Amino acid sequence: MAIVFERPKSLTQAEFHYCPGCTHGIIHRLVAEAIDTLGIEGRTVGVAPVGCAVFAYNYFNCDMIEAAHGRAPAVATGLKRANPESIVFTYQGDGDLASIGTAETVHSATRGENITIIFVNNAIYGMTGGQMAPTSLPGQVTQTSPYGRDTKTAGWPVRISELLATLEGPEYIERVAVNNVKNVNNAKRAIEKAFRNQVEGKGFSLVEVISSCPTNWGMTPKQALQWVDEKMIPYYPLGVYRDKSKGV
Amino acid sequence: MAEKYLMKGNEALAEAAIRAGCRIYFGYPITPQTELAAYMAKRMPKIGGVFVQAESEIAAINMVYGAAAAGKRVMTSSSSPGISLKQEGISYLAGSDLPALIVNVQRGGPGLGGIQPSQSDYFQATKGGGHGDYHRIVLTPASVQEMADLTGLAFDLADKYRVPSMILADGTIGQMMEPVEIREEEPHVFEKPWALTGTQMKRPHNVVNSLYLDPEELEQTNIDRFARYAQIEASEARWEEYMMEDAEYCLVAFGIASRVAKNAVVSLRAKGIKAGLIRPITVWPFPKEALAKAADRVKGFLSVELSMGQMIEDVKLATGCRKPVALCSRAGGLIPGPDQIIAAAEELAGGR
Repeated sequence: MAIVFERPKSLTQAEFHYCPGCTHGIIHRLVAEAIDTLGIEGRTVGVAPVGCAVFAYNYFNCDMIEAAHGRAPAVATGLKRANPESIVFTYQGDGDLASIGTAETVHSATRGENITIIFVNNAIYGMTGGQMAPTSLPGQVTQTSPYGRDTKTAGWPVRISELLATLEGPEYIERVAVNNVKNVNNAKRAIEKAFRNQVEGKGFSLVEVISSCPTNWGMTPKQALQWVDEKMIPYYPLGVYRDKSKGV
Repeated sequence: MAEKYLMKGNEALAEAAIRAGCRIYFGYPITPQTELAAYMAKRMPKIGGVFVQAESEIAAINMVYGAAAAGKRVMTSSSSPGISLKQEGISYLAGSDLPALIVNVQRGGPGLGGIQPSQSDYFQATKGGGHGDYHRIVLTPASVQEMADLTGLAFDLADKYRVPSMILADGTIGQMMEPVEIREEEPHVFEKPWALTGTQMKRPHNVVNSLYLDPEELEQTNIDRFARYAQIEASEARWEEYMMEDAEYCLVAFGIASRVAKNAVVSLRAKGIKAGLIRPITVWPFPKEALAKAADRVKGFLSVELSMGQMIEDVKLATGCRKPVALCSRAGGLIPGPDQIIAAAEELAGGR
């Protein structure tokens, strides 16, 4: 009998700790499938963030390191420069990448470091219990914006893909989502491309994945996916923001 | 014998690091360690090495964390305010049992302070600095020659014990020029089976991490690490004794302060005061035994420092306060002169 579906080899047997309805599980799977497809498991080193994905080092079967909050792109720079034959990726959330780690994000991008960044944007700090993130939408209610994000005092959400696309350094920037099958398939293609770019020595690649957080958004998983569609994607349009080799 | 060069301390350290097998340097500009980064920027590309000017000291130390995890000899350098920024990364290096070299060419503080030499980061270097229970090995060069000699040792000790090590220099030692002989030696190679080099599909995945949510597990990692610290304390304390054989008064000083103190010892003896000097070369581990032994026979100690008095606490602890311990110091970037030291020693000796 032919096997049509199985656990990617690049995932360990550990059970995910993620909340029901959270899309981290899907994104982990897509990363692992990309590593499997490219046959690079044996030379891949992953950098886990601080945030909900902090235990990513338990889930990916490749060598892994846990970085301080926001520092993953700097840690990845150290790993890659030390061993250029390694395939180095970071897996980071929005608080990690777009707030405390903004400097590391921007400068690893502008240096054109030959690394791959998977940026999971769910518009909230999940691990610490639902505080306002740099990417929380205007009016979004969180623990630290209990009356809704007021742009007069709390500023505007950061559009990382657009911001990084203004730089000369990056090779590839794309924003995707995983709220329906079509988007998941597209995200799979984008993540694989972000890894392939590194294998081919093309340079800095970042895929921003719009994700959901039913627990801290106070929604059912289904409502959360709808919210992605109706609120998140209009503010964070999906698409390719930079593809240097193709002149985008 | 190797050739002698006239070099600045910062340059001698950089060249010694390269000869010790370091091919990766991450830094961020700050005075007075500038020459060190400049030297690395010039040399690394010529020898297939890596030089990256990071976006901040925080990024630089985290690049060090990544490269150390990859199993390579790696270093960064900075000066006091920049070293404060690196503390988070140093704590992670310690918590993840990674070897790396951090160089602090100290300047006066606190805050932005000044750019003149200082030893006021002694507490930060020897008592923690970052969060959590940890130590790093701290070596204190007193000459340009030692900037070179202690660098290879710092890498070796870091690799041997899987701890970050620090060269705690100061603006004077970093920037003054002296003849220096940089030894040609094959760098020592240490097995690093924990390194993140990719599994090559031949072993289970390696994980470099300092997160343990189970408190008993976390406590155990601390206990295991402190067992290694105990080994380091037992076997790696280094110091120099100068005219201590018959000394009645013991000056204690490291780095540039020890150079002035040595002169003061000679002058004091000419005045009939039997002075001697214990110069810690490692300040963690602190040469406790040497101080304790001296306390058996001397009448008093004088801690000579470029700070408001920090090492003096370790002198008191090591000697159990069995003999008087006095302080002679300048802060803010100033260096105590021989006359000041002589006067302080005379006062200690009973106002002669």
